[in-house]
Amino acid sequence: MVIDTSKDLVPARPTGIWSWITTVDHKRIGMMYGITALVAFFVAGLQALLIRLQLTNANGTVLSADAYNQLFTMHGLTMLLIVVMPVGAAFMNYFIPLHIGARDVAFPRANAFSFWLFLFSTVILLSSFVLGGAPDGGWFGYAPLSTQLEEYVRMDYYAVGAQLLGVASIMASANFIATVFTMRAPGMSLMRIPVFTWMAVVVSFLLIFSLPIFGVGLFQMFFDRNFGTQFFGGGGDPLLWQHLFWLFGHPEVYVLILPAMGIVSEIIPVFSRKPLFGYPFVVFSGIAIGFMGFGVWAHHMYTAGLGPVAEAGFGVATMMIAVPTGVKIFNWIGTMWGGKIRFELPMLFSIGFVSLFVIGGLSGVTHSVVPSDYQQHDSYYVVAHFHYVLFGGGVFGFVAGAYYWFPKWTGRFLDKRQGLWHFWLMLIGFNLTFAPMHILGLNGMPRRTYRYGEGLGFEFWNQVATVGSFIIGLSFLIFAWNLIRSRKHGELAGDDPWDGRTLEWSISSPPPVHNFDEIPVVEHVDDYWHRKYATDEEGRAVRMPDVSGGTVAADTDTGGDDSHEEDMHMPSPSYYPIVAAAGIGTMGYGFVYLPVGWIVVGIGALITMWGVFGWSLEPVTRGGEHE
Amino acid sequence: MSSQAAPVEAHGHHDVRPIRKAAMWVFLGSECMFFGSMIATFLLFRNETADGPGSELFNIPFTSASSFVLLMSSLTMVLAHNAFGNRDARGTRIWLAATALLGTVFLAGQIFEFTEFVHEGLTLSSSSFGSAFYMLTGFHGAHVAIGVMMLMAMFYLSLDGRLYDDRGLNVELVGLYWHFVDIVWIVIFTVVYLLQV
Ligand code: HEM
Ligand SMILES: [Cu+2]
Repeated sequence: MVIDTSKDLVPARPTGIWSWITTVDHKRIGMMYGITALVAFFVAGLQALLIRLQLTNANGTVLSADAYNQLFTMHGLTMLLIVVMPVGAAFMNYFIPLHIGARDVAFPRANAFSFWLFLFSTVILLSSFVLGGAPDGGWFGYAPLSTQLEEYVRMDYYAVGAQLLGVASIMASANFIATVFTMRAPGMSLMRIPVFTWMAVVVSFLLIFSLPIFGVGLFQMFFDRNFGTQFFGGGGDPLLWQHLFWLFGHPEVYVLILPAMGIVSEIIPVFSRKPLFGYPFVVFSGIAIGFMGFGVWAHHMYTAGLGPVAEAGFGVATMMIAVPTGVKIFNWIGTMWGGKIRFELPMLFSIGFVSLFVIGGLSGVTHSVVPSDYQQHDSYYVVAHFHYVLFGGGVFGFVAGAYYWFPKWTGRFLDKRQGLWHFWLMLIGFNLTFAPMHILGLNGMPRRTYRYGEGLGFEFWNQVATVGSFIIGLSFLIFAWNLIRSRKHGELAGDDPWDGRTLEWSISSPPPVHNFDEIPVVEHVDDYWHRKYATDEEGRAVRMPDVSGGTVAADTDTGGDDSHEEDMHMPSPSYYPIVAAAGIGTMGYGFVYLPVGWIVVGIGALITMWGVFGWSLEPVTRGGEHE
Repeated sequence: MSSQAAPVEAHGHHDVRPIRKAAMWVFLGSECMFFGSMIATFLLFRNETADGPGSELFNIPFTSASSFVLLMSSLTMVLAHNAFGNRDARGTRIWLAATALLGTVFLAGQIFEFTEFVHEGLTLSSSSFGSAFYMLTGFHGAHVAIGVMMLMAMFYLSLDGRLYDDRGLNVELVGLYWHFVDIVWIVIFTVVYLLQV
């Protein structure tokens, strides 16, 4: 339909595996992020269940200490860097262009490259289990645990894998920022962008500024391990790593949560049939969180002995960051207040998000109090905190997004009955698993230890937690089944099933390759809603007559005789991004196995050069057009 | 928007120049944090020489000269950009080549300096000071090297007139990058060399 095949030979029509490998379509790239992350979610979930089995009883015998260390490290690393962040990237890829009325992201091929590099880094990290041992120094990789050399490659996998993931993320973020700041549809001023896309911008900036700090730390770790430098050992200082890590690590937790907050901010207005209460507050509190997130890192290091002045300062800063966070909660409640709430699945998960996130936020505030944190640090209380924010917050938000946008991706609904089972099992299982950890932690159960002794009174709540974790597992099996089945057999949804407010609902489901037949002209926040509804004297929304799909033609998926066809040159598919990424991935493997690996590094460098040169010499669009 | 006459924005396509520039600025922001972290590391370890050689090895006159060379390369870069804006192909070529050459001279100076230091016993692993010093200046050198390669690529493209302002790498982007690398060096030279001696 839109791809003009007359001028040049196209490698393949946009179907088949080759078309996915060479795709530069932001929607497909988003899909691939999502699917990869979902698979990784099950891998990391399995690791979690093994951890839970080990901890069910005192002196657990399921895992050795060594296996336990690898599992809890990889569980955390995978969940954060290969599940939650990429799911965020999946939604951003798919919806940023749709939200701002653009045909693609700013750099489609760089976007594909980011994805492939992410995929290869994922393979590198996960393959470590069978290639010499997985990282075992915690997701936080503290020195000197991380610089021990007895375990030949494990933390090299960490240093290399995380570094490459970082590079992929930085490129993706620069791409998103350039997209939002330069490619918005006419009339789409910054204060009309959907909140999700705003949060994506904040996240991108957080990554741009925090990942390089982590990158330096990872280089130092790698050099210490392989080139005998003395950053963390010798005359160096292990605390340097902690500072660099948390300077990244704290902004990172907002990287993880802000996309979910954005999703929920999209969903709650739609299902309350009211505009988001205090749109500018939600936007600015998101930005404030972004800024303040760089000033609180040392709250992870209270027990490292930074001295009372620093601790007090960071304590106060940490308490303050709860303020913009709280602002958002009030905005969501204010949106629901007095609204005509429809308890559809996306809304249920969103309400779950808000409730559980409040609990996690509150325990976070209790951590911010220094003397109190001395007791909580490195205990299961912290584990409870971050699972409430990350799982209760992040994962609930993303699942809400999946139920909300699945009709846009596939044209079909996810099954509601199965969805309800998923929701309730997940909610119950989640609370059974993680609420008891508050009690365990306050009773002194340490985290990151592979077993606990008898007679400490930890058994009961640990058993409850294990039962809960398997209920969560069950709920996600239902979800996976629902996703697989509904893709082909779900109830048909149409283009605008939820009576949506933002531009993605104005186009067909699934969207055409070029997104918009005609670039929309935007006049309001929630522009699509205003095309459908006017307000009467009392400010109530009245549906305008005769509008079915706004000003946009509804029959885009039939293709064919669309008059704008000839005007659109979508970027051509390209296999150079995957070549370049594969080259870098090969180099990554080489670096892990230094010094023998230098040969592999060399081979990888050659492949990378092939990719990069091919890439820069090939025209972006067929017919010699630039993008 | 760029001030140069933009090719007509046909078919609702975006003019790519401001897009590329935005991305480049964002990338440079990232680089600031990258170098900032390494400079902070250096400051932390500036006295951790393990009783071995440290900042007394620095040869300020020599490094001042090579810094001056790098500074001049920013000037030639500006001239290249100017010539390019005036559609002056020959000027563009000359100044691109001059910039690449000055960058190479700077790199040669750095290699010379490193060999001297290693000779005197300051290595990557001799002390935390050495680790931090070589990491910081080494990564900066790598940035210069990448810059030189991009300049040479531009020069090569300019030979048969394939240098456009609206596609892929362009003189403006390379210029931004080059000036940035230059500014970082001024900071490094001040903090690492001048303030330590
Ligand atoms: C209301 C805002 C929040 C406050 C005041 C807060 C405070 C804290 C503090 C002080 C700690 C350190 C506890 C310790 O180790 O002793 C901590 C740990 C943690 N927080 Fe939060 N937090 C907040 C929100 C979040 C959010 C939104 C996320 C992620 C989505 C998050 C994820 C984490 C994680 C992963 C850790 C543990 C890191 C580790 O040691 O491995 N927090 N939080
Ligand atoms: Cu934090």
